[in-house]
Amino acid sequence: MVSEEEVLRIAELADIGIGKEELPPFTRDFNAILDYFAVLDRVPAGEGWKAEIANVLREDEVTPSLPREEVLALADAAEDGYIRAPRVM
Amino acid sequence: MARGETHRDPLNAFITLAEIPPRAPGRLSGITVAVKDNISTRGVETTCGSRILSGYVPPYDAHVVDLIRNEGALISGKTNMDEFGMGSSTENSGFGPAHNPRDPERVTGGSSGGSAAAVASGMARMALGTDTGGSIRCPAAFCGIVGLKPTYGRVSRYGLVAYANSLEQIGPMAASVADCSLLMEVISRYDPRDSTMQDRPYLPRLDGDIRGMQIGIPAEFFGRGVDPAVADRVRKAIGVLEGLGAVLVECAMPSMEYALAAYYVTCTSEASSNLARFDGVRYGPAPDYRKPWHEAFQEVRMQHFGPEVRRRILIGTFALSAGYHGKYYGKAQVARQHVREDYARLFRDVDLLAGPTMPTVAWKIGGKSDPLSMYLADILTVPANLAGVPAVSVPCGTVRGLPVGLQLTGRPFEDEQVMNAAFAYEQGVKA
Amino acid sequence: MTATGGAAAAGSGLMAADVSRETVTGGLKAASGGRDTVIIGLEVHCQLNTASKLFCGCSTDYRSDPPNTHVCPTCMGLPGSLPAMNRRAVEYALRVAKALNCRVAEEAEFARKNYFYPDLPKGFQITMYNRPLAEGGYLDIEGNEGEKRVRITRIHLEEDPGRLVHMGTPDRPRYTLVDYNRSGIPLIEIVTEPDLRSPKEARRLLNGLRTTLEYLGVFDGDREGALRVDANISIPGSERVEVKNISSYKGVEKALTFEIARQKGVIRRGQKVQRETRHFVEARGVTTSARSKEQEHDYRYFTEPDLRPLQVRDWVEGIALPELPAARRERFMAQYGISPEHARTLCGELRLAEFFEEMAPCGNPLLAATWVADTLQGELNYREMEIGKVPPSHFRELLEILCRKELTDTAAVEVLRRMLDQCLKGGEVQSPAQIMEKNMLGKTAGDAFTNVVREVIAECGDAVRDYRAGRGEALNFLVGQVMKRTRGRADPKELTRILRDELARQGT
Ligand SMILES: [Zn+2]
Repeated sequence: MVSEEEVLRIAELADIGIGKEELPPFTRDFNAILDYFAVLDRVPAGEGWKAEIANVLREDEVTPSLPREEVLALADAAEDGYIRAPRVM
Repeated sequence: MARGETHRDPLNAFITLAEIPPRAPGRLSGITVAVKDNISTRGVETTCGSRILSGYVPPYDAHVVDLIRNEGALISGKTNMDEFGMGSSTENSGFGPAHNPRDPERVTGGSSGGSAAAVASGMARMALGTDTGGSIRCPAAFCGIVGLKPTYGRVSRYGLVAYANSLEQIGPMAASVADCSLLMEVISRYDPRDSTMQDRPYLPRLDGDIRGMQIGIPAEFFGRGVDPAVADRVRKAIGVLEGLGAVLVECAMPSMEYALAAYYVTCTSEASSNLARFDGVRYGPAPDYRKPWHEAFQEVRMQHFGPEVRRRILIGTFALSAGYHGKYYGKAQVARQHVREDYARLFRDVDLLAGPTMPTVAWKIGGKSDPLSMYLADILTVPANLAGVPAVSVPCGTVRGLPVGLQLTGRPFEDEQVMNAAFAYEQGVKA
Repeated sequence: MTATGGAAAAGSGLMAADVSRETVTGGLKAASGGRDTVIIGLEVHCQLNTASKLFCGCSTDYRSDPPNTHVCPTCMGLPGSLPAMNRRAVEYALRVAKALNCRVAEEAEFARKNYFYPDLPKGFQITMYNRPLAEGGYLDIEGNEGEKRVRITRIHLEEDPGRLVHMGTPDRPRYTLVDYNRSGIPLIEIVTEPDLRSPKEARRLLNGLRTTLEYLGVFDGDREGALRVDANISIPGSERVEVKNISSYKGVEKALTFEIARQKGVIRRGQKVQRETRHFVEARGVTTSARSKEQEHDYRYFTEPDLRPLQVRDWVEGIALPELPAARRERFMAQYGISPEHARTLCGELRLAEFFEEMAPCGNPLLAATWVADTLQGELNYREMEIGKVPPSHFRELLEILCRKELTDTAAVEVLRRMLDQCLKGGEVQSPAQIMEKNMLGKTAGDAFTNVVREVIAECGDAVRDYRAGRGEALNFLVGQVMKRTRGRADPKELTRILRDELARQGT
């Protein structure tokens, strides 16, 4: 059983944002789903799934980059060729 | 370009109606193809059914888009879908649900519901869908068309907006097996930009000859939760295959017990990472620059992701987090290996597996209220994604007037055999 | 506007539960002992000099270009883009692993390190986690007490994040600007065991790594921001502190020296040194505490599903390494008979070693070693100039003139200085012979030089008379006069001989 506090902690880790009124239904659904996942406890021990092919590589060759106007046009805010983001300091 | 033009698109099959012309004549000349909205189209908005990509116009084409345009296809628009592919009904779209052409009050299935509706209603002759845990086969079954989830690694994912990278493939949808096969032939050309792709193009072989073919019928595919009427319809369809010379073999697939849990842990884990890039900085709706980074980022995601997407990000983050990683993500990978081994074991004796695509027919829009009951609807389709094997859904009649799909699953890279059996059935029923 | 050169360190590095770190912690405890022992382990990130980025075809040659001009769907993290692994980046990393005597993994794989930061366009960094390329190697350095073996914990490949520019002031930050040109540049991360015992040793290790990587042809240490270091340090009685954001060779020594002093101060005041992450502020030469939230990260690593594993055992066996610094030192001593000190200096930088080898055939390898390792290095350091700017043919000509004893040491230095100044200025660089002629720096009796001797004889009649009268000291006076007029560039012994000859010639 996962508590509302635990769901809040995970939401913070996921940077997902969660409203006060959402928390009870989210927690309820979360627990129902985790209950269902409990079936995994019955999985026999063994190796995990793994890819079958290896060493898929490309040669070190330069290909054209995107035109800068197209890159900056995608972003909401550009400044001197940079893309703007909220502050991190 | 248009959105929500109800007179032209009464089923809400499209998020964007846009004519993208062919680049060169070819095998798809004169054919209209609808493209699911999680496949990147240069110059045409690509939303993945999400408000967070509203207004995002990609500067590049997906490999499959290149391929079909170079073969003469006319793209008629971008089809509706569950947000980022997260759903089995196309109700989780940020742009409203799609409606089933057979009964507009019912869901199309999902997540490629718009593509299925476009084909079933005749708005497009063919469509591209994507299948992470049944997202091509489910709507194909619900709308009464053919849909193939190719072998993992047979179609380039370059330009497919990732939901669960290790599970999903782009695949063809069409009203007939032959059309579906033709589209598959076009889109399976090798692309070095997808490192998980193998250079093993699909070479169609539709002769309808299935004499002597061994077809396994896993008991679990007719187990609890499967509508008896659907089971009955599918058994009759399998009888048709027997009539065409196939040999039926009863068998078991014990890993089905935990396949769905393994699937949901895997796809939500991968999704929690894939969807981290939608922060509004490089594209998409802007964050609030006055706020500090984490606050602004949370706000963007809370405002623009729908509830199911946020729920899956939450589950996936939990399944990967310290202290739970082994119990959930780790265990799911072990379970996944058991599923793969189950298929490998079965395919030593049989050439194909047959069963229903979906446990029920299409439900009423709004008919499934809690997330878990929706997840349970995927029980019959997810094993093929976990193992990477090819699976097709081919229409096999109706129950209470609604289409039922017969699912045929084959060995890895034997998509041709799967399609040939579907073709045999389709032609056999016609005859 | 303040730029963080070390956004990678700031970003990639805000970690808590990293495999490498755990190893370092374990080692720290085991290794602590002596009372004054400082215990240091490093995580060194070096940009590999491939032509294209690690996972896309964008050019890595971005330094002189405007922001966001070397980006594509993949390194911008556009929806639907996929990574494709650069073969040469793997090859380079394997070369390093082999040169550092590491065990190469049977199978390595990339993993996603999930955290949110605007310099990270996908919301995760593709790196290696529990299956790195190589583990368990070593590098020998000159330690506090002679030769020392520093163990290498692991080596892996990862992508560089973008570069952030912080707008506003530290007190009133406004917003961030992002340049993704650096996003996706291949980085090799080399993690050492906590075997270093002083800031100086840390710097020597870095120099050793740099030299080795340059010998391998995989790294250019002169490129700005090509190297970034995180250091783990603890002194007796303190918890382990991680210092991030160090982006120069000198910076490592400075940051660690500061940190030791700071920790000693904290202990002296009777307080506890907290286990924490600190940032090095290069401009002020100090470390500052990072927010505690950064230490609570849970990176939720899992295998990168868009890439395939690397099976590299056979590959690494097929790699032939070039001559490495240690071998070259031995060879220089044996082949040219030069001193161990000169050999160390010359081999400590690839281009210096190569430059010396071009000079060695000048006639006297010992002379060449002295002139390259001491004189030239000194002059270059004074000018903050790189060896690459010195025309080898000119320098070799200078050495050949010296070998022929046509120039005094003082005059040769003068020629060298003029030559280097010309190189620095750009434009035409005169050959040593031209410089000598123009400035009358030659030691032999060239016309101009003989003219000076004749002048002095003509003008100093008294001294000439005294000389002819048998007063030997008069010759010294004449020599002094010539020396004065030629500004000391004449060889006194030679000059005495010429004067004597000239006086004898005129006397007959
Ligand atoms: Zn790029």
